Amino acid sequence: MSETAGNSQGYETDVSKPPEAVAEFDDPHRGVIGTVQHMLHVNPSLVPLIVLIASIAIFGLLLGTKFFSPFALTLILQQVQIVGIVAAAQSLVILTAGIDLSVGAIMVMSSVVMGQFTFRYGIPVEVSVACGLLCGTLIGFLNGWLVARVKLPPFIVTLGMWQIVLATNFLYSANETIRSQDIEANAPLLQVFGNTIQLGGARLTFGVVFMLALVFVLAYALKHTAWGRHVYAVGDDPEAAELSGVNVKRTLISVYALAGLICAFAGWALIGRIGSVSPTSGQLANIESITAVVIGGISLFGGRGSIMGTLFGALIVGVFTLGLRLMGADAQWTYLLIGVLIIAAVGVDQWIRKVSV
Amino acid sequence: MEPILKARNLVKRYGKVTALDHCDFDLMPGEILAVIGDNGAGKSSLIKAVSGAVIPDEGEVFLEGRKVHFTSPIDARHEGIETVYQTLAMSPALSIADNMFMGREIRKPGFRGKWLRQLDRAEMERIARDKLSELGLMTIQNINQAVETLSGGQRQGVAVARAAAFGSKVIILDEPTAALGVKESRRVLELILDVKSRGIPIILISHNMPHVFEVADRIHVHRLGKRLCVIDPKDYTMSDAVAFMTGAKEPPAQDVAA
Ligand SMILES: Nc1ncnc2c1ncn2[C@@H]1O[C@H](COP(=O)(O)OP(=O)(O)OP(=O)(O)O)[C@@H](O)[C@H]1O
Ligand SMILES: [Mg+2]
Repeated sequence: MSETAGNSQGYETDVSKPPEAVAEFDDPHRGVIGTVQHMLHVNPSLVPLIVLIASIAIFGLLLGTKFFSPFALTLILQQVQIVGIVAAAQSLVILTAGIDLSVGAIMVMSSVVMGQFTFRYGIPVEVSVACGLLCGTLIGFLNGWLVARVKLPPFIVTLGMWQIVLATNFLYSANETIRSQDIEANAPLLQVFGNTIQLGGARLTFGVVFMLALVFVLAYALKHTAWGRHVYAVGDDPEAAELSGVNVKRTLISVYALAGLICAFAGWALIGRIGSVSPTSGQLANIESITAVVIGGISLFGGRGSIMGTLFGALIVGVFTLGLRLMGADAQWTYLLIGVLIIAAVGVDQWIRKVSV
Repeated sequence: MEPILKARNLVKRYGKVTALDHCDFDLMPGEILAVIGDNGAGKSSLIKAVSGAVIPDEGEVFLEGRKVHFTSPIDARHEGIETVYQTLAMSPALSIADNMFMGREIRKPGFRGKWLRQLDRAEMERIARDKLSELGLMTIQNINQAVETLSGGQRQGVAVARAAAFGSKVIILDEPTAALGVKESRRVLELILDVKSRGIPIILISHNMPHVFEVADRIHVHRLGKRLCVIDPKDYTMSDAVAFMTGAKEPPAQDVAA
């Protein structure tokens, strides 16, 4: 080996000794703002958590026990459960730098399948529920396949799918609502998510418990499994992920299909919430879920944020809605403040991204 | 001797641009093969074609004499071919440890790993820290630091450490020292020699002639999408190599690739 061939001046020889051990030290030049920025960078769901606690505190001070009671606080949970579940699905998709506009349509379609299969064809309700869940998963899978394999933009794919699924939903159901009394008498399983657990003054529905459990399971999967790491990597930089050994297509398809399944569960929970199976319900679920995700601090550019943030985001919306209503304010104030929060959240996201400490 | 990695007649077109024009390639067992050529000569395209990152339009790739057909970098990795791409291929928002183990994560033993699919973060962090200290490439403050908070050179160091840690048959380095300081480049060159001493052959793409002439056993000169010639660095000077590569001088007949 020509050890010195290209090294005639020998200026590099001094540095060939093994260097000192890997240094571990804190950067003393960061300052308070820098420290906050760094903390948020590491823990992006801190912002919505702080906003959530602050808004509960403020409404609690303004409204006293009318707001700050187990009953009112658990009412918020009940009111956000559907959006919360759908927003969990939306979070997964947005983490991959995608978007799913069809979440609401998938949810309604799945609930209609569960109801119509039971009542129109007399299929056992357990089987109908399974069919509804399968239906949601298949639509999600189709979204994922179009995004990953055909390489169409997620916005376009899900915009189209939204229309297709919604129209199918109306055509198939003939715009017919299945009444709550009929469900209660013949297929109570459809309303199971409406069952409540009473803990003192607090009332938790199965739907709320499901939402919380879902968020915890997804938070675990995203942080502690290889699949979760791949979801982040794909959202961050799909080419880099592919080159470093991630099966990008499979990850994307799994995310959209799982999102579809979660939306189908939301459809099931929706029956529990409103009692009936209504093909016209849940029209705003896509916008509301995106709102929760954005306020929750998940970056629309993908790869950043945590699903806990989404839960906090959904709760913030719920706190504002109930708080302002209890104060007797016009509902438009809620929308106005949510709008401000959305823009502020994106501003904070941009600021956090700048961190390079 | 049979080449460990061999390519014949590779063609890769991007629209009107022909990046590889009936290109041949041979990597011998245990050697360090440098690939040099002008910008846009097709060096990166060549190594991408043999590492599964692009699928060539025509031509064949053989690993240890066996015809292989990689359709993704994952396939090549399963065969023990590790590549540091020119773009480094790292996920900026994820940690160093996450990046090093991307696509080959270690799970916890027992129930938690098998059923809960839980990652063994402590183990991955330990190995990542070992590999980086072994390389001594940099002063990383924290193995859980996001890659985007590293300097360009530190990122390159992590990418090289990843390839060196996991490559078992062939290691491909596309300009691994381009962003590195003098000291860090030296560590990478030492690492290359160290990998070679473990019997693993290396493909080194570099524009740095002193580095190429220092470590390479053979030099593959790439020009206009194909192999122009393969020279022995002991027989030629750096200016000869540059002259061949730029077309200023005809390559010697005995070295011209078939
Ligand atoms: N993804 C792509 N799309 C279109 N053209 C490409 C693509 N990748 C490479 N090319 C073209 O193929 C040719 C060879 O590129 P390649 O990256 O292989 O060159 P290189 O020898 O690695 O150059 P450098 O020394 O600058 O890294 C160039 O003309 C380039 O423009
Ligand atoms: Mg290149």
